Amino acid sequence: MSEAEKPTVRLPVAEELIVSTSPHIRGRENIPKIMIQVLIALLPAAIAAVWFFGLHALRVLALCTIGCIAVEVVWNAVAKRPTDTWKDGSAAITGVLLAMNLSAGAPWWICLLGSLLAIGLGKQIFGGLGFNPFNPALVARVALLIGFPQLMTTWVLPRPGVMTGLDALTGATPLALTAGEIAQQPNILSDLFFGNVGGCLGETSALALILGGLFLLARKLIKWQVPAAFIGTVALISGIVNYFNPEITAPPLYHVLAGGLLIGAFFMATDMVTSPMTTLGALLFGFGCGLITSVIRIWGGYPEGVSFSILFMNALTPLIDRCTIGKPFGYVRPQKEE
Amino acid sequence: MSSKPRKFKGGVHPNDSKALSETKPVQEAPLLEKYTLIVTQNIGAPPELVVQKGDTVKKGALLAKAGGFVSVPLHSPTSGTVTAVDKCPGPAGVRVPAIEITADEEDEWGSPFEPIADWQNADPDMLRQRVADAGIVGMGGAGFPAHVKLTPPPDKPIDTLLLNGAECEPYLTADHRLMVEQAEDIVRGAAILKRVFGLETAIIGVEDNKPDAIAKLKEIAEPYGIQVQNLRVNYPQGAERQLIYALTGREVPIGGLPMDVGCAVQNVASAAAVTEAVIKGRPSIERIVTVTGEPLVEPGNWRFRIGTPVSKAIELAGGVTVQPAKLLLGGPMMGIAQKSLDVTIMKNTSGILLIPTEQVSQYSSEPCIRCGRCVECCPMRILPATISQAVENERFDLAEELNVLACIECGSCSYVCPSHRPLNQHFKRAKAEIAAKRQKG
Amino acid sequence: MTIILTALLFAAVLGAVLALVIGAAAKAFAVETDARLETVTDMLPGVNCGGCGYAGCADFAKAVVEGRTVPSQCPVCMTADIDRISEYLGITAGKKEKVLAVVRCCGSIPVTVRSPYNGIGDCRSAVLVAGGAKGCDYGCIGFGSCAHACPFDAIEIRDGLAVVHPDLCTGCGKCVETCPKKLIVLAPAAVDVHVYCNSPEKGALKRKVCKTACIACRKCVKAADSEDQMMIKGFLVETNYSNPPLPDLVEKTGCPTRALRLASEHAAGVYEGVSK
Repeated sequence: MSEAEKPTVRLPVAEELIVSTSPHIRGRENIPKIMIQVLIALLPAAIAAVWFFGLHALRVLALCTIGCIAVEVVWNAVAKRPTDTWKDGSAAITGVLLAMNLSAGAPWWICLLGSLLAIGLGKQIFGGLGFNPFNPALVARVALLIGFPQLMTTWVLPRPGVMTGLDALTGATPLALTAGEIAQQPNILSDLFFGNVGGCLGETSALALILGGLFLLARKLIKWQVPAAFIGTVALISGIVNYFNPEITAPPLYHVLAGGLLIGAFFMATDMVTSPMTTLGALLFGFGCGLITSVIRIWGGYPEGVSFSILFMNALTPLIDRCTIGKPFGYVRPQKEE
Repeated sequence: MSSKPRKFKGGVHPNDSKALSETKPVQEAPLLEKYTLIVTQNIGAPPELVVQKGDTVKKGALLAKAGGFVSVPLHSPTSGTVTAVDKCPGPAGVRVPAIEITADEEDEWGSPFEPIADWQNADPDMLRQRVADAGIVGMGGAGFPAHVKLTPPPDKPIDTLLLNGAECEPYLTADHRLMVEQAEDIVRGAAILKRVFGLETAIIGVEDNKPDAIAKLKEIAEPYGIQVQNLRVNYPQGAERQLIYALTGREVPIGGLPMDVGCAVQNVASAAAVTEAVIKGRPSIERIVTVTGEPLVEPGNWRFRIGTPVSKAIELAGGVTVQPAKLLLGGPMMGIAQKSLDVTIMKNTSGILLIPTEQVSQYSSEPCIRCGRCVECCPMRILPATISQAVENERFDLAEELNVLACIECGSCSYVCPSHRPLNQHFKRAKAEIAAKRQKG
Repeated sequence: MTIILTALLFAAVLGAVLALVIGAAAKAFAVETDARLETVTDMLPGVNCGGCGYAGCADFAKAVVEGRTVPSQCPVCMTADIDRISEYLGITAGKKEKVLAVVRCCGSIPVTVRSPYNGIGDCRSAVLVAGGAKGCDYGCIGFGSCAHACPFDAIEIRDGLAVVHPDLCTGCGKCVETCPKKLIVLAPAAVDVHVYCNSPEKGALKRKVCKTACIACRKCVKAADSEDQMMIKGFLVETNYSNPPLPDLVEKTGCPTRALRLASEHAAGVYEGVSK
């Protein structure tokens, strides 16, 4: 056949040519690639969590991730929608983020209930990926926090390197400490930085979170404006308050490293679906998150305000996007008045 | 004029794939037996036929005269007989009126006009008329009649003449080869256009990825008082508005024309065609086309007569080794997908591109994840994601409010979209709907 | 106990005062409406299809009551309903011929040449790409924009072809304006014979891209009872709706491409798989 074909020139078969609009080539990015990179960015924090809280952290991580994927598949099967959407990786991210919001001592049913709330109430009920107004993991966290305040605010103390067993002792999250108590702990900042503190899985090691965040920034998966504005605002407000009255609140560095600020700023507030698309909008969004977080932390009833602030700003995202549309190239005012 | 070009906001950097053909010198395509010329080669009014079936014509003879001011005449690519006045597949997919010329192999010139030897002192109006008579259109892709750009209304004087040699589309190298091989023609064409406007200077903008073209043009352009400006490699650098901004810092208003900001932009190939028309007295009947793509045996650049079927061009390039996924007229970012090999080369066909399956972007209407990449890369600074959602909900009023009409359909947003959404098609739909609504009144 | 009583008393007094205010306001600012308006609106189908040319059923009812139009202008209503409305209002029902939508194309996927298309699954978007990616420039693209627009679910997309079900179609005309190829016409409901092709191209060219195109062979023109029942327009034959042929014409003709069909049998799928 090849001999017979050689002298004649082969032309394309016209009937097989695909027609579509331009452009006909595309960048290599797709949703699963983005999601896998986010998962990679979460890896250091997950490893740190396992290091400090042992296999129980791994259990929570696994339960939440599998739970979220399972809920998505079942939901879609029941709703007669394509059931392979979990393959895009977004459910897994929600699961990992949810686990990051739970304590290593969380019972299995909390993990599964959280998964149901996150994927069901937080995402699928709105139509799945891309349509959810709120960050699904945070929806679950806040629902659990309100539903089971006792369970959600008791933390396991870290035991670096010890894999099995749980520390019977439970302690308060470092954010609940008063300024006086902080002053008695000289190593608190370095503990916070490396993660040797009690709290949710994702509230431990600032170092691991920053590593992951830098990875996301380097891969341009998140807008730098959001974490910068978020963390900056918290540092600024707590700094000012601390300067004038150290009794009310801890110093800014402490505020930045402790609690869920870093994971919130790098991984939750930057969620593409629920944060603004415009650059100015991202700045405003981060600022709003920071402001609300500071107010709740310093004067509010809850020790932590990151999740509430992000959820609140999520609700404002469409408004922010609408208000921050820039002028298009070559924009002319409809009527020019002299 | 600053030496550093301005950077417009946005843009994308696709793999340019120009290596396939950028070093291949332009070859003359052999004379064919038959040419099928699509009558309407321009944006604007269709030309009116002046020949009938059975007429014999000389090479360069008038086949159709301009059907209005925004219209161009059509000339015969060779000497021969008009064998059919019928329809043939058009570039947009539907069949359009066409003329078939059967060649007599004499290829004898019968140009309807004489060379203007003393063009340096010629009357600008005469030069302008010559450009109109020669049927020159914007050869970069749009097909806008060149003489219309040369005839600004009195309240919009032109103070800057720009030549577009950016060729920012991946794969295409026709303009590149033209600039290297016929720099003299381009520069003289620019000089003629300068004279039409009575301007002292002109700027030729060329993207940085064509250093040989920049060097060659610089060498020749200097005595003519024409500047050559290198441009950043950033798609869509060659889009008229982006080019004007990069070279002058002026923003063409939405819905406006370059003349609104005192600019006139011509493609380098159009400038070379102006030289042909004025100095050699020949109408626009041929052009350089890049025939390229990985499936082709031998990609390259050829000088084809207008009316050459695409199948003949692919044959010249040695045919294909594998079945390509798409056949495009133009580049991969803005070219038009074809469903027939019988479509013929037009005055604005800069490339014939065959893309293999693995390179083709398959669209799917996955939901937008609001990543904002389209907003970042949009050179017109509109919100492609929001507009596409508005169109999906058939909210064309909202799309209009969001300035969908500013969209230049460069395709950057669809290129970067991780959800593979057919954004560009949404915008085309919105524009069509808005235009239909306006027509209704 | 007194607290509860006080609260109850307060609520009762407040309620009474506000009721008086509202009652007074209703009297003072009352807008005269025709009581018949509501009754007529109720008698109309209430699907708000817009086929009458008014903004919806209520708007149409207003026009009828005010005498600006006649009840029969509603394309959806049964004759009995129209009679009821005119009887109620004491006006003449007027006359309007019942029409049905006809998609003038029968080029389903098995019988036509098509290019693979990649893009939005909507006719009005698809037509912007290569004119719809169908070999025939005039044929039905089959993404069903008309079916989505139809308020009565009377259009079915079968093998990439829009097929009207005459028993469901009300002739409202929504599909006519939706179709980007302008294929759909409203034809008298009494006529069952239609030519399911609208391509003005030459027969040979049509046959290349579609097995069921009308090639203007004139068989049907000759078989018709009288000369002008089927009209030749260029390379196409059309039913003369002012002098329509009888349904048996289809059988008498034996159309070689099966473009000549009965609307009822076309909808029932009788012609599927029998094209030559």
